[in-house]
Amino acid sequence: MSAEKKKERPVVLVTGISGNLGRSLTKLLHRRERIVGIDRRPFLGAPKDVEVFQIDLRKKKAEDVFRRFPVKAVIHMGIMHDPRMSQEEHHSFNVVGTTRILDACARTGVKKVVVLSSANVYGPSPDNSNFLTEDAPLMAASRFSEVRDLIEVDMLAHGFFWRHPELETVILRPVHILGPTIKNAPSNYLRLRHPWVLAGFDPMVQLIHQEDAARAMVEALSPGLRGVYNVVGPGEVPLSSVFRELGRAPVPVPHVLARPLLSLLFRYRLSGFPPPELDHIQFLCNVDGSAWVRDVAWVPRFSMRETIRSVDGEAALGLAAATPP
Amino acid sequence: MEGKPVLENLADEVKRSLRSWTDTLAGERAGALRTLRRPANEFGVDRFGFDVDYLLAAAAPLIWLYKHYFRVETHGIEKVPKGRVLLVANHGGQLPFDGAMVGISMLLEANPPRAVRSMTEKWAATLPFVSTVFARSGQIVGTPENCRRLLEADEAVMVFPEGVRGISKLWPQRYQLQDFGLGFMRLALETATPIVPIGIIGAEEQAPALLNLKPLGKLIGFPALPLTVTPLPLPTKYRLYFGDPLHFTGLPDDEDTELDKKVRVVKSAIQSLLQHGLEERKNVFW
Repeated sequence: MSAEKKKERPVVLVTGISGNLGRSLTKLLHRRERIVGIDRRPFLGAPKDVEVFQIDLRKKKAEDVFRRFPVKAVIHMGIMHDPRMSQEEHHSFNVVGTTRILDACARTGVKKVVVLSSANVYGPSPDNSNFLTEDAPLMAASRFSEVRDLIEVDMLAHGFFWRHPELETVILRPVHILGPTIKNAPSNYLRLRHPWVLAGFDPMVQLIHQEDAARAMVEALSPGLRGVYNVVGPGEVPLSSVFRELGRAPVPVPHVLARPLLSLLFRYRLSGFPPPELDHIQFLCNVDGSAWVRDVAWVPRFSMRETIRSVDGEAALGLAAATPP
Repeated sequence: MEGKPVLENLADEVKRSLRSWTDTLAGERAGALRTLRRPANEFGVDRFGFDVDYLLAAAAPLIWLYKHYFRVETHGIEKVPKGRVLLVANHGGQLPFDGAMVGISMLLEANPPRAVRSMTEKWAATLPFVSTVFARSGQIVGTPENCRRLLEADEAVMVFPEGVRGISKLWPQRYQLQDFGLGFMRLALETATPIVPIGIIGAEEQAPALLNLKPLGKLIGFPALPLTVTPLPLPTKYRLYFGDPLHFTGLPDDEDTELDKKVRVVKSAIQSLLQHGLEERKNVFW
């Protein structure tokens, strides 16, 4: 088998491939690289040259994939962000899953690991500098304890980076990812017709298009590249300008009322946003992406307007261009 | 666009009328104000959220105060060098009109006009409206990283090393400089930035306070709660004395005692500007 394995074309293993970001990544990468995916969810309409295994990352079967294929690189984005999932399940999936994947990488001679974390690990706060660098402390859980597993994943990867210098580990912390098919909190929030805003607060926000985020993961595969990187899209924009661009009518809510009100709505499942998410529309959580720009000559493809409008789908983009302002 | 919210229209309207008020008040300086450097993106703000047009609108009432209420007089503003510079001044008067008046003086009297970026208390970032107005008019939460970035971008940055200890001074402590933080000196050394000391006369008498209910303030989340004798600041006459630029060299991560020596040079420069100003004036109000 090992003789056969040697002859085989090396593989880029992608965890969490069936998500919308995973699909963007697949589209970009599958003509250049041989891709094998792992996900609990099925990947409907996967390209023919992509093999997807429907398994749980925590299961031994996931490890078998490493034995079956000559894996040269792993892109680990099988990280769950679902505020409705039980804390225990969330934590176990993310932390145990990441541990297993990293272990497998170290044991099977993988050359490159890319872990998709997020700029949210720093956490929004009134004390934040306007642009946080990669060495800023990861404070997100101090105000929003439900995200501590996401921080743990980032730190696990960071620990792995130091313990295994023979591997090239890249940890990416992109800013809020938006896109026509993305269903994360920021995209969902921007899709609301009458989104809440906190009266008198209009923080600068950083956004990145899903395809730019996928491109960043592809860039991270470049040989020789290693380290922790904030990944910034086309820049910073006031939240109010984002809504202006989208033609939304935001509802200003006093911040002292917003928290209790939202926790009530969240508890009774009338809102999908956990109350600590309000920090993101009240305080800054912007990062300095200059290290990434310097090391991979990063230029996002999508302008700020295109990125913002992407939440309404590609159709809206064409329509908006056709109608005069 | 149809369905543009009423509030937004109103805000735009207010902004427009304030902007024309600024032009009226500025008189022959109106043209110069239009030449202000604007490193803005397609949404009209810089990376920090500073919007030059917003500043010129928000400045209108402050320009009025500058000209007609505090009747600000400046001395030596031409000493402020081009490029990066730290403006370091005494702080007082409960409300930060001292910072605002230095900012307006740099708009109205400096050649060419410059937008001063102040380092604000972190507390300001937690306040509705205040946080937004500050950010849009170029005032930034005072973290060392923010200050470093602005200086590296060759901005004029205003700092009050006395901080809250300064602004909440009680009446008997007026014009007595409180302890200076060392942070600004570290940044000046790191970025090779000249320091212009400024003595501000007038602000420290605008709102006499005899008592600071700090514990009660803490309870409602205020860093200080001085009880002032008058509900509004008094129309004291402001005099701004700009000193000669001070250049320091040394290690930014030197021991505190070494940094403190340099800070004391700045402090005594401000103290002597204050002394000179206080001796020169005949009256608090004119």
